[in-house]
Amino acid sequence: MSTLLEPLPPLPKTRLSVVDCDIHPTLTSEAEFLPYLPARWREHMQTYRRHVRQGLHGTLTHPRMQVNRIDAVPTKGGPPGSDVNFMRTHHLDQNGVEWGLLQALQPSGSAERNLEFGAALCSANNDWQIAEWIDKEPRLRGAIQVTQEDPQAAVREIERRASDRRFVQVSLSPRAQEPLGRSRYWPIYEACERNNLPLGLHVPGFGSGYASTPGGWPTFYLEEHQTFAYVIMGVFTSMVLEGVFERYPKLKLVLVEGGFAWVPALCWRLDKHWERMRSEVPHLKRPPSEYIRENIWYTTQPMEEPERPEDLTKLIDWIGWDRLLFSTDYPHWDFDDPKTVFNVRMTPEHRRMIFSENAKSVYRLP
Amino acid sequence: MRIPFEGAIDCDVHVSVPSVSAIVPYLDEYWLERVRVQQLERLDLSLTSYPPTAPLSGRPDWRPQQGPPGCNLALLQQEALDKFGLRYAILNCLWGSQALFAEDMSAAFCRAVNDWIATEWLDKDTRLRASIMVPMQNADLAVAEIERRAGDSRFVQVLVLAGLDTLLGRRVNWPVLRAAEAHGLPIAIHAGSAYRHPPSAGGWPSYLLEDYVSNTQLFAAQLGSLVSEGAFSKFPELTVVLAESGVTWLPAFAWKFNKTWRGVRTEVPWVTKPPFDVIRDHVKLTLQPADAPADPQALRDVIEQIGSDEMLLFSSDFPHWQFDGEDVLPNGLGDEQLRKILIDNPLATYSRLKEAVA
Repeated sequence: MSTLLEPLPPLPKTRLSVVDCDIHPTLTSEAEFLPYLPARWREHMQTYRRHVRQGLHGTLTHPRMQVNRIDAVPTKGGPPGSDVNFMRTHHLDQNGVEWGLLQALQPSGSAERNLEFGAALCSANNDWQIAEWIDKEPRLRGAIQVTQEDPQAAVREIERRASDRRFVQVSLSPRAQEPLGRSRYWPIYEACERNNLPLGLHVPGFGSGYASTPGGWPTFYLEEHQTFAYVIMGVFTSMVLEGVFERYPKLKLVLVEGGFAWVPALCWRLDKHWERMRSEVPHLKRPPSEYIRENIWYTTQPMEEPERPEDLTKLIDWIGWDRLLFSTDYPHWDFDDPKTVFNVRMTPEHRRMIFSENAKSVYRLP
Repeated sequence: MRIPFEGAIDCDVHVSVPSVSAIVPYLDEYWLERVRVQQLERLDLSLTSYPPTAPLSGRPDWRPQQGPPGCNLALLQQEALDKFGLRYAILNCLWGSQALFAEDMSAAFCRAVNDWIATEWLDKDTRLRASIMVPMQNADLAVAEIERRAGDSRFVQVLVLAGLDTLLGRRVNWPVLRAAEAHGLPIAIHAGSAYRHPPSAGGWPSYLLEDYVSNTQLFAAQLGSLVSEGAFSKFPELTVVLAESGVTWLPAFAWKFNKTWRGVRTEVPWVTKPPFDVIRDHVKLTLQPADAPADPQALRDVIEQIGSDEMLLFSSDFPHWQFDGEDVLPNGLGDEQLRKILIDNPLATYSRLKEAVA
């Protein structure tokens, strides 16, 4: 019954080097975060709370069926993912993580309706990542959180942080007010390209206020969980068809936690129907799949599980072995273990690429 | 490739209502008065998903000299029924009655469209069959239309747009599912939306191309809803046909659905086997557009991944522009598969095709 909660025996250090491209640091409590906000916004947060586009301001309207790994509760207490020392031994050491990329989803500024407050939340989140995580554990790297709904503020935040190499990417919400390919967001992409920072889009629990499926809101968490991939597919389609990669050919887009098994079929569909209706998007000079092959990467968790494991190899052959970046989603319940996650034979070269070399190249990590 | 033999059953052919005036003869007195007072004949009720002038909506050589693509019987006979040697073709009509907010107006227009189809099309060529257009804005009104037309066995299924007010599996829609099951009518979910919700949770895209590509998310959401809500447990004889869905997206969606279900299945205790297996038992897909690359191996792989060659139904999607010339079939299908897709699967899906027409 309680076996999962007993301390794990030390494992032999795994020889495989791992770059984990999706780790979630968690607040112990709101009090931990307040000092990072200016007094004006501290007071605002405590009085008005976050003003978001869903019925509940403090949690998801589809409560998660499971949240975190039961064994990820820090020994000193607090929520999983809230103790850097516990994360160090429980995850980074155990799993041979050479670099861990933080996705500090909460508190999120990008879902906030009050844009000024949103920008303040992002800035505070960035300071918190450095002070509470990266300063204490040099293997961790941050993502500059920005609010996409105020592109000017986002660009200011990027410029302010870009010289700090402890930040390796820019992060904003793919559930935005408009599809992310639209030109109002382009100043952000220009800043990313100029500073050689990839744009990492992680699926959010909520944001735009639009129904999570194009057919309306689903009833169950089981359905809502599927919509994470739809959100990412929508952004993928928008950024390609609006010509973002024609305009910013050096922009690197990393889609985090949105899956990748859908990529071949969506590319075929895009190419096929683009051929028929290319006069609607004359700014595209090449078939959509060509931009996708050059500008977009995908993290691996939650790992796709075809019924026939060998289909996974076929999928990756089509997408490109250089396109996938390993991730665990620590400490969430659907964590992928680097030792067991791939159910297929891989060449040593492919293993190295997916577990570390691709990420080191995309994020310019030594 | 071309169809190798006669007698295929085309499960997605489109007819277009040329104008409101065309259905006026089929309206009752009250609605005739409303047409007069509101001057409804001046309205253009073509769907945003399929502007008649867009390349997608009509192949250049399949466009009539007058009116929107799909409004001309002779052209349909010559270019599809005769040319493809069809035994039957199932007519799906996509029109604005499905997008109106006023439920009663929608119901009146759906009734008129169905009667127009019976008179102007089914009565004129015995190879034609049709779907019942229903006002999904209100489940009771939709059920009433199913009941009204179900006695005519030339109507072989119920047709809804993929993008509705609510996801089809929601319990508010169960009366429609129940009526369809009771009459042995599959429910066809066709590409296109009433746009009650943006095509993406990330907002309203700029282009028709983007919307069309994103239809796969609608189909995925509808399957997610029907399975998760337990519609197929409640209505075990129900068949759902995904029309013009694109096909190749299905395995990746279903794998993820299986995986998530394994993790959280206590939320939906009525789903007692993996969702992909439920889908295999209850869901069919029309063939065009098969979003597969030119390499025939890709489509073979996808069909193997789908794990059943009984789920695909032949369709030309006439007059939509999905292919050129007479190559109505994508490359990569074997002889035995072709026989199933062209004839056996449609006959198994549409039990009414085997009934003598009353």
